[in-house]
Amino acid sequence: MTSQKTASSQTFPAGSDAFPHRHLLGIAGLQPWEILFLLEEAKQWVDLNKKSSKHADKLDGLTVINAFFENSTRTLLSFEIAGKRMGADVVNMHAAQSSIKKGETLIDTAVTLNAMKADAIVIRHGSSGAVQLIADKVDCPVLNAGDGRHEHPTQALLDALTIQRRRGEISGLTVTICGDVMHSRVARSNIYCLTTLGARVRICAPPSLLPAALDRFNVEVFTNFDEALKGSDVVMMLRLQNERMNGDFIPSPREYQYLYGLTRERLELANTDALIMHPGPMNRGVEIDSDVADDLENSAITEQVEMGVAVRMACLDILTRKSRGVEGWS
Amino acid sequence: MNRYFGNARLVLPGEQQPVEGSLLVEGDRITTINTGADDRSDGAIDCQGRLLAPGIVDLGVFAIDKPAFRFGGITRAALMPDQAPILDLPAMIKHNAVDGKPDLWSHPIAAATKGLEGQQLAEIGLMQRSGAKAVATGRRWIADSGIMLRLLQYCKSLDLPLIVHSEDAGLTGDAVATNGETATRLGLASATAAAESLSIARDIALVRETGAHVHFRQVTTTDGLELIRAAKSEDLPVSCGITPAHLLLSDIAISDFRTFARLSPPLRNEANRLACIEAVRDGTIDVISSGHDPRGPEDKRLPFAEAAPGMAGAETLLALSLTLVRDGIIPIGRLFELLSTNPAKILGVEAGSLTPGYEADFILIDEDAPWRVDARKMAAAAGNTPFDGLPVQGRVTAIYKGGRAY
Repeated sequence: MTSQKTASSQTFPAGSDAFPHRHLLGIAGLQPWEILFLLEEAKQWVDLNKKSSKHADKLDGLTVINAFFENSTRTLLSFEIAGKRMGADVVNMHAAQSSIKKGETLIDTAVTLNAMKADAIVIRHGSSGAVQLIADKVDCPVLNAGDGRHEHPTQALLDALTIQRRRGEISGLTVTICGDVMHSRVARSNIYCLTTLGARVRICAPPSLLPAALDRFNVEVFTNFDEALKGSDVVMMLRLQNERMNGDFIPSPREYQYLYGLTRERLELANTDALIMHPGPMNRGVEIDSDVADDLENSAITEQVEMGVAVRMACLDILTRKSRGVEGWS
Repeated sequence: MNRYFGNARLVLPGEQQPVEGSLLVEGDRITTINTGADDRSDGAIDCQGRLLAPGIVDLGVFAIDKPAFRFGGITRAALMPDQAPILDLPAMIKHNAVDGKPDLWSHPIAAATKGLEGQQLAEIGLMQRSGAKAVATGRRWIADSGIMLRLLQYCKSLDLPLIVHSEDAGLTGDAVATNGETATRLGLASATAAAESLSIARDIALVRETGAHVHFRQVTTTDGLELIRAAKSEDLPVSCGITPAHLLLSDIAISDFRTFARLSPPLRNEANRLACIEAVRDGTIDVISSGHDPRGPEDKRLPFAEAAPGMAGAETLLALSLTLVRDGIIPIGRLFELLSTNPAKILGVEAGSLTPGYEADFILIDEDAPWRVDARKMAAAAGNTPFDGLPVQGRVTAIYKGGRAY
């Protein structure tokens, strides 16, 4: 890992050439070195977050608005902590309390947020493309914290960072993503991120939850979880939303658990010491059994949460470099 | 009052290429058509060698938008019942039938079921008496095949065509796009294109049962067109249409969440698009219409799935359709069968063709005039065109309704 760190840090272009984007709306379209640069930058914040004093002052005086139009506890908390640790003034806007409920259009909300002169806006929205719509209307960098089924880029970055720290290089690993891929922005961002970084990605889902045209995504598609697991180095489980288990997509939770639940027995099919991941929150006993989720050696689920804060700190830092006048970032 | 239009290239019924000649209008009717060189000069309107074609009869618009129709050469428009309120009562048909007169004739289409809900038959007979020339299911699908059967029996007895929207709602659900790479990348709810052929197959079975005339307003898939082709070879009374968008665009056009390309039915993949072109060439498709549905930013500047479907198509209908002629897919005579003659026939009105005795609805066209589609400068009530920025050729230089310029 150390050798990779030195090697990669030398290969990044200088200044903003390393990440020449105004916003982070998705992983699709990012170059492999741009992703690696974000991961490399996050590593310093992993170290800082382990100290007793976790404060950096890079974003001192800057205002970060977390505009969450869809309920979230974990991601919102993670972004809030990330912003505060970087020294920014962080304001959270919850849709439940906002004028969106009063019928204000998204564009009007965007213009309003812009008028507050935020230095970065973090947005989660239930509709695919909504974050890009807002990003087009504001003057500051926008971070996508999840839009509909489209993308959740910081989740993919934190997953990649977790895999990197546990397994070294991502290139060449076989990663199986299993669950409700059709409705999952996490799956989409991870497909882009992991395939871009050279992993072999396997997608496993019940046929009713597989999106169309996956053959165009450079992944292997399975509907049999046992087959998908054979030879996997990383097993990434997705959350199955409760409302999908009522018979529309899945007959019942117990049938889902029988066919697609990650049990200890089933995990034996994967490579020895396969890494176990889940973006949370977990349905224990449905998509993942507790003894697998809590495996001391190979479950990286809590580490994913830890990496989340570091990755988000790095993203806030990098995207505000231009406005902060950091040398080379124009 | 008599008016004489000389030195024109006439698009005449049965002729694939324009014919030099002149046309005499008395009152609001065409009375005489002369081919060959002009011999009159006194009092004649000199068409300067321009193309003189029947005015476009736009079968299935969602708004009466006179500036856009004038720009596009549309002299008659059949208004879809999907209005607020829905056109499901005789009074609403009567009210909308006079909208736009005298320079534009609007033919409101009766809603097939109350509120277009697909559950109870609307008062189709009374709406016919109020002026309805056709019945439509709107942008919806009648899921109950029993209702659909009775509706067709009813339409047959009144000799009214039923215009249907062909998407099985059970398959489409909340979909806003067609299954494919683009929809999956964008994370948009999508449905199989088979939703179309499935609904067409059912309706053809019911046409066979009832003998009613069904016009499939937009058929956009290979399989759907194949079913229409087979039904026509059986001599069933079916016809079908399409818009230029489905002939010229595939689902890639929705990339970057472009809501102007959010249509109903949604854009399909390239193979289906090519099948549509082929169906225009071989005569399976009978009608090209605009599907004109101007939508402002309050309906379109929204996240893709929340945006309203539809496009402002009236102004671009002719210019985009002319690309079919330039590309050698169909001759100009055939194009005006698709744009004017066939829609008028479906509505049962004496128009849409340069025929003595017919309403003098016609347009003069400079078919080579270049212009660029600009969403910000449209005559339409809103500029929601998926063709923004596209250079096109062909524009209407004059438009006559009942022999009078407007």
